[in-house]
Formats: sequence, C-alpha cells, structure tokens
Amino acid sequence: MTMSNSATLATPIGGLYHRRRIANKLALTLALGAACFGLFWLVAILWTLLYNGLSAINLSLFTENTPPPGGEGGLLNAIFGSVIMTTVATLVGTPVGVMAGTYLAEFGRNTKLAEVVRFINDVLLSAPSIMVGLFVYEVLVVRMGHFSAWAGAMALAVLVIPVVVRTTEDMLKLVPNSLREAAAALGAPQWKVITMVAYRAARNGMITGVLLAIARISGETAPLLFTALNNQFWSADMNAPMANLPVVIFQYAMSPYEDWRQLAWGGALLITVAILLLNIGARLLAGLGTTRK
Amino acid sequence: MTEIALTLTDAHASTARRARRQRLQDAAFRNATLAFALLVLLILGGVTVSLIDGALPALRTFGFGFVATEVWNPVTEQFGALAPIYGTLVTSIIAMAVGIPVSFGIALFITEMCPAWLKRPLGVAIELLAGIPSIIYGIWGLFVFAPFMQSTIQPFLIATLGQIPGIGNLFMGPPYGIGILTAGLILGIMVLPFITSITRDVFETVPPMVRESAYGLGATTWEVVWNVVLPYTRTGVVGGVMLGLGRALGETMAVTFVIGNAHRISSSIMAPGTTISASIANEFTEAVGDVYTASLVALGLILFLITFTVLSIAKLMLLRLQRKAGV
Repeated sequence: MTMSNSATLATPIGGLYHRRRIANKLALTLALGAACFGLFWLVAILWTLLYNGLSAINLSLFTENTPPPGGEGGLLNAIFGSVIMTTVATLVGTPVGVMAGTYLAEFGRNTKLAEVVRFINDVLLSAPSIMVGLFVYEVLVVRMGHFSAWAGAMALAVLVIPVVVRTTEDMLKLVPNSLREAAAALGAPQWKVITMVAYRAARNGMITGVLLAIARISGETAPLLFTALNNQFWSADMNAPMANLPVVIFQYAMSPYEDWRQLAWGGALLITVAILLLNIGARLLAGLGTTRK
Repeated sequence: MTEIALTLTDAHASTARRARRQRLQDAAFRNATLAFALLVLLILGGVTVSLIDGALPALRTFGFGFVATEVWNPVTEQFGALAPIYGTLVTSIIAMAVGIPVSFGIALFITEMCPAWLKRPLGVAIELLAGIPSIIYGIWGLFVFAPFMQSTIQPFLIATLGQIPGIGNLFMGPPYGIGILTAGLILGIMVLPFITSITRDVFETVPPMVRESAYGLGATTWEVVWNVVLPYTRTGVVGGVMLGLGRALGETMAVTFVIGNAHRISSSIMAPGTTISASIANEFTEAVGDVYTASLVALGLILFLITFTVLSIAKLMLLRLQRKAGV
C-alpha cells in the first residue's frame, strides 16, 4: 500500500506506463484467449469427425450401394454420383471461367465493362449456393419436367465459374508484360501470345484455381437438393436423379436409424479428406509456381 | 527475272493472307472471351429473372403482406416470410457477435503475437478450415453440439440469464438443444475462418514502416493495433466482416440440421425457429401446389436481395482499401 503510493508519487509517468502495460497485457491475453477458444471449437469438430468417421470406414463403404434402413450397405452409388457430377461441372465451368478470366486480364483490363464483370463475379463468388439451386431448378428442372444429374452438374458448374474467373485473372496479371511483348515481337498474333505464352506462364496458378473450385463444389449440398435430388440405387443415367454424397449425408444424418447415421459420418469424413487433399494439392502447386520463378 | 518478281509478289500475297487470317483469328478469340465474360453477367441476370419469375404467383397472391406476416400454413395455403426473415437475421447477429471478436483475436494473435515459425502453419490451417464444407458443421451441430447445449449450456442460461427480468425473456423455455441460439453459435464457429483469414490479410497490408514508427514512439502492441493498424485497415476489416455476414445470412446446411424448422417467432432465442435457406432446403422438394413453391422461391428472392446488398457493400469497402494500399 505505502509502497505503491510512494511509487506513483515518485514517478507519475511510471503510473501511466504501468496502466498502459496492464491494458496491453489484458488485451493480448484476451486475444490469446479468443484464439484458443476459436481454435478449440474448430479442432473439436475435426476430432469428432475423425472419431466417428473412422469407425464407419470399411471396405463395403466403397463396394456397396446405399442400403435401406437396417440393411448392410455402403456409399458406392453416392461416391460415383458425386465424382461424375463434379467432373461434368468442372469440364463445363472451367473453359467458361478461363475465357472470361482471359477477357478481364488481357483484353478489358481497364474498361468499364471489365470492372462490372469483376464486381458481379466477386458477388457470385460468395453468393448463397442455395440460390444457384433455385435458379437451376427454375431454368432446367421445371423445363425438363424432372430432376436430373445434368441439372445437378449445371448447378455445380455455376459455382465453379466465379472461382476460375477470379484465379485465372489474378494469375494472368502476374505474367510479366515483357513476355507478351517478346512473343508479339516475333510476329505471333495476340491469341497465340495468350494461349501459348501467357497461359503457359500462368499454368500452375490456373490449375490451382481449378483445384480450389473442385474442392469448393465437392462439399456443396444446397444446390443439389432440388436439382440432382438423390437416388437409392445405382444410376449412371445423367437424365435421371443421381445419388451424391452430400445429399446422402444430409438425409442419413437426419434419419433416426443408427446404421444410416454411421454411413453419414463415413461419407462426411470422405468428403472432408478429399477436400483437404485438394486444398493442400492446390497450395503445393501454387507454391511450386512461385519458387520456380 | 519475271519469275523472281512473280514469286516475290506471291510471297507478299501469302503474307498478307496470313496476316488477314491472323487478324480474323484474333478478333474471333477476343470476341469469344468477351462473350464468356458477358455470360458471367448473364448468370446473375438469369438468377434475378428466374427468382422473380418463380416468385410472382406468391407475390401476386399475398402482395407486400408476404414479408410482414408470420403465418406459414401449407394446408390453407397462407404464407408469410416474417418468421424466416427474423430467424435469418437473428442467427446471423448471434454468429457475428461470436465470430467478430474471436476472429479479431485470432488475427491479432497471428499477426502480432505468435512466434514467427508458427505464423505460416497457423495461417494455412485457418485457410484450410475455411474450405471445410458447411454440411460438416451441420452434422457436428446435430450430433455433438445440440446435445451439449441441451444438457449443459441452456439449463445454465435459463438458471442465470433467464432469471433477470427483461432480457430474461430471451432465455426462457425448455432446453430443446436445437433452435435459433444453437444455429447462431454454429454459424459463428463456421464464419471464424472466413473473417480471420481476411482480417489477417488486411492487417498485413499495413506498411511495416507505419507499424515500426508507432513501436518506435514507445507504443505497446495493443496501442499499435488499436491506434495504428485498425484505423489504417478499417474499411478492409469491415469488408471482411460483411463478407462473413454474407456467408452467415445465406448459409444453408450448417443451419438446417439444428434450427428446428418451426415457422414462428418466439420471444426466446432458445426456441426452435427457421431461416430462409433452411425453409427452402427443408420444404422445397415436398412443396405441393404452385403457391407453396412460389412462396419458397419468393423467400429465395428476399435472401438474394439481402445478401446481394451485403456482399456489394463488402466488396466496395475492400476495393476502397485496395486503392488506398495502391495495389
């Protein structure tokens, strides 16, 4: 008591400094606490997923179709459906995204139109995916009169486009102009400069973008709910409803049957591992590009 | 002599032809890329038009009252959007109340406090977590978090905050486990990686010179963050938060599992409710009749308007920061 009194009296500056240091300590402790709190929940989610998912993973998960309640089965048709629809969506969405990104980076760099497209693309990038589902439902499902894997793939393709546009544009902008000028000086027309020089220089980055887009769509559930719907059985018909992992997980997790819930956990773990691998692969590839330059 | 001249003019002609061909190819390529760029605009236009078109029967039947009535009765075909709108807004507010301070803390920890060797792995981990699909959060919420809320957190809230007059109303009623509060908290956890990674990126745009000058004047870490870094990055941080808010507003799967899908507005935030996206996800394939389907599409239209506004503001704010940083 007396000591602290004399201390503040002797050095009033010291008191202020003391207060500032306490405020600093307090704020940083809170930040540390927040970081631990946030990371705790994220780790908890992954841990539960791993714990429940691993016990559901066995060979029949990959070799058998989705079972009726109480029956033995796996997720083969759902895995197949997801892979098919993701592949089709990527094949449709990537060229569109690359071309649009090329326009933004190469032709319309500073035009008003490019600015608008860029803005709209960024809005689409984070727009709720369920709206894309509604859009494709109105445009395709209603017209065709039935749910189909085509509709599901198109809904996913709409989600691929903004990701690819964004990364293609960013990566092409990183290609030094001297490369383009060198090619043009050799007499190459602009389309050759872009496809044979700029694309090649930006290749790793562009592939990264496509991988990120695949990672994004392989876990999407909402746009598939009323486009591809679901299918209890094996189906490779793009014109019919097709099973897919996210919707199967949704239905099975909401069901009261223990064995269905087990399958849902197994599927959830599969998707998460696939997405993490895609993301890590994309990251490694992007890193490869920067170190080599 | 004449032969040489002939081949020369031949060569000229073929060069000219090739040049013409290449000009045509160039124009074709350029216009093709332009067409695909316009396709991006067309997609957004298509979403808008198809949502309005699909929602028309409902809007014609209920008029403006659609957004102002709470009743949602498929049997009598009476539909109002008030409960889903309320649920969407309240879950997002809860998510932001949790998400903003915590992700700010994580970003602060990563940029200012953590040892250099931990910076990159932690940043990468956060970005990987942002890639985890929302259905994982949903299934975790249903099987792990909701039972935990029911057995531990909600009884505690009822016993403490629920006894206070006034705000106690928010924490009354039986502990269901599922409901608005649970959904909001899960959304809060889900937006953490999004907001954190943007906030961290934005914090890194502060020139080291500015930061070091403040330290040189004797400022503490907290003072540097609060008085230098934050004012410098304000628009970017707000943009990041708005982006997270956009996610939270439109999120479907993380919410659908735990919201309870009850079309009513309860005074307690622990009661089951619904959000726009959860209603659509739960009911769309089962909706019978034009008015029912159209009402769900109309909900989608409202969500579209809300998120489009929020995302546009977010984008504009981030753009402003970019211009300031001179990128």
